[in-house]
Amino acid sequence: MAVIKLSESKINFVKDICKQFNNEGGEVINVLHKVQGEFGYLSAEVQELVAEELHIPVARVYGIVSFYSFFTMTPKGRYPISVCLGTACYVRGAEKVIDELKRQLAIQVGGTTPDGKFSLNCLRCVGACGLAPVMMIGDKVYGRVTADKVAGILAEYNN
Amino acid sequence: MSHHTFINITFNKMAKIKSLAELREIKEKLKSNLDLREKSENSEELIQIEDAKTHVLCCGGTGCKSSESDAIVANFNNILKEKGLQDEVMVVKTGCFGFCEKGPIVKMIPDNTFYTQVKPSDVQRIVEDHIINGCKVKDLLYLDPETNQHVADSKHMGFYKKQLRIALRNCGFINPEDIGESIARGGYEGLGKALLEMSPEEVVAEVTASGLRGRGGAGFPTGVKWGLCARNEADQKYVVCNADEGDPGAFMDRSIMEGDPHSIIEAMAICGYAIGATKGLVYIRAEYPLAIERLQIALGQAREYGLLGKDIMGSGFDFDIELRYGAGAFVCGEETALIHSMEGQRGEPTFKPPFPAVSGYLNKPTNVNNVETFANIPIIITKGADWFASIGSEKSKGTKVFALAGQINNVGLIEVPMGTTLRDIVYEIGGGIKNNRQFKAVQTGGPSGGCLTSKHLDTPIDYESLMAAGSMMGSGGMVVMDETSCMVAIAKFYLEFTCEESCGKCTPCRIGNKRMLEILDKITKGNGTMQDLQELRNLADVIKDTALCGLGQTSPNPILSTLDNFWDEYVEHVVDKKCRAGVCKSLMSYEIDSTKCIGCGACKRVCPQDAISGEKKMAHHIDNLKCIKCGACYEKCKFGAISIK
Amino acid sequence: MIRLTIDNKPVEVAEGTTILKAARQAGIHIPTLCYFELAGMNFENKPGGCRVCVVEVVKDFNGRPRRNLAPACATDCVDGMEVLTHSQRVINARRTVVELILSDHPTDCLTCAKSGQCELQKLAQNLGIREIPYKGEQSTYRVDMSPSIIRDVDKCIMCRRCENVCNNIQSVGALSAVNRGFQAVVAPAFEQDMIDSPCVMCGQCVQVCPVGALSEVDDTRKVMMAINDPKKTVVVQTAPAVRVAIGEEFGMEPGTIVTGQLAAVLRQVGFDYVFDTDFAADLTIMEEGTELLDRIKRFTEGDKSVRLPILTSCCPGWVNFFEHNFPDMLDVPSTAKSPQQMFGAIAKSYWAEKMGIKREDIVVVSIMPCLAKKYECKREEFSVNGNPDVDYVLSTRELARLIKQFNLDLKEMPTADFDDPLGESTGAAVIFGVTGGVIEAATRTAYEVFTGKKLERIEFTELRGLEGIRDAWVDFNGTPIHIGIAHGLKNARTLLERVRKGEEQFHAIEVMACPGGCIGGAGQPYHHGDSSIIKKRFDATYEEDRNKPIRKSHENPSIIKLYKEFLGEPCGHKSHELLHTHYFDKSDHVEIGE
Repeated sequence: MAVIKLSESKINFVKDICKQFNNEGGEVINVLHKVQGEFGYLSAEVQELVAEELHIPVARVYGIVSFYSFFTMTPKGRYPISVCLGTACYVRGAEKVIDELKRQLAIQVGGTTPDGKFSLNCLRCVGACGLAPVMMIGDKVYGRVTADKVAGILAEYNN
Repeated sequence: MSHHTFINITFNKMAKIKSLAELREIKEKLKSNLDLREKSENSEELIQIEDAKTHVLCCGGTGCKSSESDAIVANFNNILKEKGLQDEVMVVKTGCFGFCEKGPIVKMIPDNTFYTQVKPSDVQRIVEDHIINGCKVKDLLYLDPETNQHVADSKHMGFYKKQLRIALRNCGFINPEDIGESIARGGYEGLGKALLEMSPEEVVAEVTASGLRGRGGAGFPTGVKWGLCARNEADQKYVVCNADEGDPGAFMDRSIMEGDPHSIIEAMAICGYAIGATKGLVYIRAEYPLAIERLQIALGQAREYGLLGKDIMGSGFDFDIELRYGAGAFVCGEETALIHSMEGQRGEPTFKPPFPAVSGYLNKPTNVNNVETFANIPIIITKGADWFASIGSEKSKGTKVFALAGQINNVGLIEVPMGTTLRDIVYEIGGGIKNNRQFKAVQTGGPSGGCLTSKHLDTPIDYESLMAAGSMMGSGGMVVMDETSCMVAIAKFYLEFTCEESCGKCTPCRIGNKRMLEILDKITKGNGTMQDLQELRNLADVIKDTALCGLGQTSPNPILSTLDNFWDEYVEHVVDKKCRAGVCKSLMSYEIDSTKCIGCGACKRVCPQDAISGEKKMAHHIDNLKCIKCGACYEKCKFGAISIK
Repeated sequence: MIRLTIDNKPVEVAEGTTILKAARQAGIHIPTLCYFELAGMNFENKPGGCRVCVVEVVKDFNGRPRRNLAPACATDCVDGMEVLTHSQRVINARRTVVELILSDHPTDCLTCAKSGQCELQKLAQNLGIREIPYKGEQSTYRVDMSPSIIRDVDKCIMCRRCENVCNNIQSVGALSAVNRGFQAVVAPAFEQDMIDSPCVMCGQCVQVCPVGALSEVDDTRKVMMAINDPKKTVVVQTAPAVRVAIGEEFGMEPGTIVTGQLAAVLRQVGFDYVFDTDFAADLTIMEEGTELLDRIKRFTEGDKSVRLPILTSCCPGWVNFFEHNFPDMLDVPSTAKSPQQMFGAIAKSYWAEKMGIKREDIVVVSIMPCLAKKYECKREEFSVNGNPDVDYVLSTRELARLIKQFNLDLKEMPTADFDDPLGESTGAAVIFGVTGGVIEAATRTAYEVFTGKKLERIEFTELRGLEGIRDAWVDFNGTPIHIGIAHGLKNARTLLERVRKGEEQFHAIEVMACPGGCIGGAGQPYHHGDSSIIKKRFDATYEEDRNKPIRKSHENPSIIKLYKEFLGEPCGHKSHELLHTHYFDKSDHVEIGE
């Protein structure tokens, strides 16, 4: 018997979302979008609960979560950094921006700083190719970023 | 200045439109609001400001929004109110103008003044100088890189001169959050005409006759696709709009959804009528929040007006649309994978046949088209197939939107008739290569496409010519490269993308692409052999021949086309251990020319590794053991003393 | 009809026939890897993923050649098609594809559990591959070992057979494809161990795996150590389905009955006493049959505490399955232990006493067609002070390996009898090995006990067959008894859900986890998708029944003696203590707290 331990509010939230989608297995991706939107990430416990509520195997839920890059099982930093690696940004030097971010934050792509402040990810084209290379911190877009601008940008989040 | 009163476009309580006549009535009523814009668009003569009121069009697309276009709109509204001009000047937040390189864009109507890189703080000047004093703010005008002259208005900008905007006809023209502007521009007239004046068969025939082909990839004739789906009897069919734009560097679909969402809704309803479907689904990237928001607003308005829902315009035809969210998987652009994703499965493609037209979403006949394809539909119905077919090349009709990016002066979204030459795109519209460097190649079709070279500059671009050149149309990414791009590294870049996005279902894509990537990595690190190049080609050929889906079958294209067109560069990497573009770090080093170095120390300060040493005012030196080849010194040196070896 | 040519040979096939099947019909062999079909059992796996079966369509429906090679398994024939299955282009592609698979596959073939049975090995051999030109990263995962199954997914080739069988045939849902691209692999949720997943250990994934990614836990070494331990008395029991299948491992025709040779070889290998699980199967009928009749009697008398139908409980995969999926019905299955566990319990009590051997000095080994039995014998409730009733379980395949270690050949063995008293059995016990067999055996006994009349017709053919879900009414002298049968756990789920919803009522339901019953068990020789093999084992089982002088469990003299000397009466006090069990809720539960 596997016991899924979650806080009452999380249980209620997940159950409500599943109910909104008529507890139908085919709606699992929509449910996961909503749940991740609320919790920021999809823990194993949350996936177990979604599976149970939608009457589908948890292996299938995990199969989906691990397939789509939008879904994540690790909590992001308070300030999630995403660097665009679309072609336009790539040919204009996005890799150098990533290298600099990795160096300054001392984390790899996909990682979170030990203090939980920043996490670093890549994404494919935010569609601001005119501003390439582009990075985002949270919802804020920074255009025409170069490696030497990185320190200044990170400093904005110093307090 | 004379006082006009705008017709209130946003109806709060709008009765549902019950006939085509009613739609046309409303259009007539609202049209005057757009008169000014229509006139300035069509007239060759500049309309004088004194004659008319002013419209300020501010780009509200994702690109410009990220550089504070919202604040620009707010400032306009506030300052105009301060000056008592709020009834004189209409501020419209539009969709994308396409000229993203120079965003945020503000366009003044009627004189088409095109202000670029506008900051919120510039608004005061625009209001005072331009609107009140009739004097253009010169430093915000577009600066032609060739002539170094400011260009007074968009009609004289090379970027727009050769464009023909059909799919993008309303982007940067109307307020996408206002269905009234859409209707005034002729929106939903195509739907009305189809529903009330044409049979479904006639609609299919019209689309077929127009010669429209799928804009998302391989270019399958749209009308034929509709016909296949129409033929299959079922209790339920589906219209799916593929808005899971995933090609890195292509964003036309997002732009259309942000700038003209009603055209997509209208087109899907027309398609539904033609194939006998009452349900539509838009599969849209979750990473496109603005497009989602605009679509949702548009859907709400369309329902309110009775342009979606039951008995549309009194025709007896029911149709409605739901949104489904993609979750970050490029392969879901493939229609069977997309359908599985919508069904709540892993987005893995399945072998076709059966085609979705026979068995698609929930095993029902399903027609999948992409956003740009749909955007062409309403105007094909209103203006007719003959009109559309008169544009473009022999086998590729109409226009194509390209996302122009890379080392080119005018980065942005452009739309040109099929058959336009690459030269026109790169040099006329694109304004040539940045920093006057040498054109090297254009990559089209993203991870599925290939590279065109200078020998293709005068080839008219269409589906066939791109295929013949070893590339493909794809969704319309067009990345321009100069001598600073290494073609081996570019091939590797695309393959990295494919490997990351491979679903892993079939062997050639799961393992084959990985092995090709490893070989390319080996080459860029200077460890490649001629044997590797041979293996690379064999693998590429077999993967192309055996992969399960379109993504896998086309994934070798970037390699095959660079092998064909840039063989010498590969050989250089393998035999001479050189990367002429200076991109492959293992094959290069930075060196300081002691005769040019004045010892300013700028390079030393910027070096993250303390690899540069040298006394002040003495020539500096780079320690190659410490150097990580970040290139910071190279970019910093003002004296051209640092070179790549 | 559709006319086409394959390798220039004209072929005529029905619409909807794939190129692969059309080629087979024409006697042309196209190699496959991920494709798997168990004809007549509703199982076809054709993800079209491996691309080994690609063929060249030189002329398609439109008269033109097809641009890409087509997977023969997933491409339907069309009129006028011309197909080449072994052109230069095809062979080069096929070879490259196999080389690619091998480039991400360990090459420890010599020591691999699947060596000699591996479909990839065979393919590489047929293509004459002598080296793997593509070197690069190889997938590495930790090996996951449950009591029954070893998952070594470094060897996984993503054929998806296991995922398909686990979800669509068994509806267990323990496995799914996870991750994507080069990292894609089949695994339980969160890539956790199988033991922590809803896996029921049925092992059908092992039965269908073409390579060594899934295999059984090998206990032969432990058994040999016990045999060589002079302090231990090692007794062996062998399940009904083993005797009709193990011959295949020695090149005999499927369905060859080798009961006598089996007894002889077990003795030769060194087991001290060679007994038969069939004896315990007869005992199971006594207990389960009595329980069934008691429930029916009480039910018809209006006892509201009684639930019908009674469900059989001899299949450990099935027991695991209802513990995970039907926690609200735990009081519905029969409480009777499985024959394996009844045997262990009797061997270590009745027989131990009789022989004057201490329980601790007896080692009970079972030869089973099953992998879930390995898990079953480890259940805590089946041990006394930490000493299990059954110590080790060897699958049919493991026993074959053990025999081969001794350089013995079953074909050449003389026949011998099982030892007394736990070796005597009836035809009713033999048919435990096939779907419908347990319930037929129970019916033979229950009929005579219930009606007090002698059974005129012993063979209840209405209960036989390979249909996934079957039902029949049996007339108990005027009382109609409704019997349901399911094999394959998805069929069981369907049937149970119908019962739960009240759509159908049964007096008794027999469930076997594996398709065909134990003859198609996960521990049996690999059938590689040839369902005719299962059919032959099926027929052989009924033949063995017919060959038996006694064919009703309650007429087994050793059973009668056992009750007289030791147990008293079926479902009596001693029986309850030794031969009955209880079930646990293994479903997931949500609890507040974090």
